[in-house]
Amino acid sequence: MRTSQPGLLQTVLAPIVFGVAVIALWQGLVTALAIKAFILPAPFSIGAEFGANLQNVANGMTVTGRNALIGLLLGAVIGIVLAVVSSLGRLFDEMAAPVVAALSVVPIVALAPVLYTMFGAGAETARQLVAALAVFVPVYFNTLKGLRQVRPVHRDLMRAYSVSNWQATRAVTLPTALPFVFTGLRIASSLAVISALIAEYFGGPVGGLGKSITSAASSSNYGLAWAYVLGSIILGLAFYSAALLVEKLLTRRSGG
Amino acid sequence: MTNNGMTDNGMTDNGMTDNGITNSSMTNSTNSSASAASAVEVRGVGRIFTARKGPGVTALEDVSLVVAPGEFVSLIGPSGCGKSTLLRLIADLDTPTSGSIEVFGKPAKQARIDQDYGIAFQQAGLLPWRTVAGNIELPLELHGIGKAARRRRAAELIALVGLADFASHYPDQLSGGMQQRVAIARSLAESPSLLLMDEPFGALDEMTRERMQNELVRICAETEAAVVFVTHSIPEAVFLSNRVVVMSPRPGRIRSIVDVTLGEMAGRGEDLREDEGFFHALSQVRDLLHGDEAAAAPAGARGVETR
Repeated sequence: MRTSQPGLLQTVLAPIVFGVAVIALWQGLVTALAIKAFILPAPFSIGAEFGANLQNVANGMTVTGRNALIGLLLGAVIGIVLAVVSSLGRLFDEMAAPVVAALSVVPIVALAPVLYTMFGAGAETARQLVAALAVFVPVYFNTLKGLRQVRPVHRDLMRAYSVSNWQATRAVTLPTALPFVFTGLRIASSLAVISALIAEYFGGPVGGLGKSITSAASSSNYGLAWAYVLGSIILGLAFYSAALLVEKLLTRRSGG
Repeated sequence: MTNNGMTDNGMTDNGMTDNGITNSSMTNSTNSSASAASAVEVRGVGRIFTARKGPGVTALEDVSLVVAPGEFVSLIGPSGCGKSTLLRLIADLDTPTSGSIEVFGKPAKQARIDQDYGIAFQQAGLLPWRTVAGNIELPLELHGIGKAARRRRAAELIALVGLADFASHYPDQLSGGMQQRVAIARSLAESPSLLLMDEPFGALDEMTRERMQNELVRICAETEAAVVFVTHSIPEAVFLSNRVVVMSPRPGRIRSIVDVTLGEMAGRGEDLREDEGFFHALSQVRDLLHGDEAAAAPAGARGVETR
């Protein structure tokens, strides 16, 4: 239990001051020690590249972001639906368990080259599927866990009310599971961006952040490469914050 | 009729002089209610929990009990005597291995489907994402009562349990006693003629507990529902009940049924706890629980227990 709300000063100002200090130190070190740009570019030159190529970075973020979003939605829907099915039927649960366990240990990005061959190197489908697979695992496990959290007293209560299975699911099972689903989605949101981006390294059409980072780096434009990295950090944060926001809005009360 | 031709021996007198015990035959405590079906009629019920290995556990063996409409009956006994199991069987949350249970003349399952009883458990079991009002409305909502009617009923019940200022609070903002009051209000939502309560005050401290007992007495007087109340507190059982069913463990059986002749529900108040008849009934139940059946009848004012 939190006893006192931290003030605005603490929550907003402190990280900003810290960030500014780190950047100043970084800039100072790069300048003072004359570190070469291919090792570590100075933050101001990254900032300058970021500003100069804002449109390109934004385009890259749109391409990668769309792949990540489609993957996130697809993986989340499949994960939630399969978790519901697993929680309803013991047989399916036992059939699915080893498959899902296998999926969770596959280095999913490593599937990318195979998927490019399957769907053609000109399509974004492979990247979206990679993201979806990465999302599926945490969403499935967390949802399944959540669906099993119904307290015995609530189960008794629903039986005493002699309501249908569907009514009980809506009144008790789903609201109980909701915080767990959102934990899964929050983990999955950043995984979706990372997977969609890394998948670009293995082929497919140009335009995304991953491809842009590699091509900028290979043409010795290190400042620009870092500007794209900055773009991917912003994209990941945006996904994470959006997931967090939705979670906060929908689960004001939970647990207990 | 449901009385099976047994003699009517209970509830005919209300004087304090009577020792009011019917331990001659544990099944014969049928009440005189010639006009209506009994609220609960348990006949020769047994419940064996099967174990994966071995013979299983006999939780209940040959239990028979009749509860009249409007009557308050407590089930008391040490842990493992099957009192909660019996309540769950009446509620049809579990099915007996042998024997039959009727609630208002119907099989227990039908009574559950018809929503003939309200139930409260030791844990309040409120839904944490619903407000106090939302929790009380839950059964009404699930059974398709309209929004306006739901609101009205919830407001009445919130007033009844004295939580008028907390209607829009969430359960985690309430104390244990308040949560339990919400649970009781919820159990009353559909005005059941039978209330099943499984140690509803078990987790509360003694002060809160006595206050809740006073409130329950008042609520029961107002609603005129029959109550089957599981407890392991002797004063609680005596204070609340018309009859106290004393059970013994392994296997769970009814040892004896004590008529508590303390008068009408409505008249029971704080001063009753100091009453001589109260102490008398206390020591009776106590002696029975300790297996001292012979000493039960002439106990007098011995063993004054105020806990």
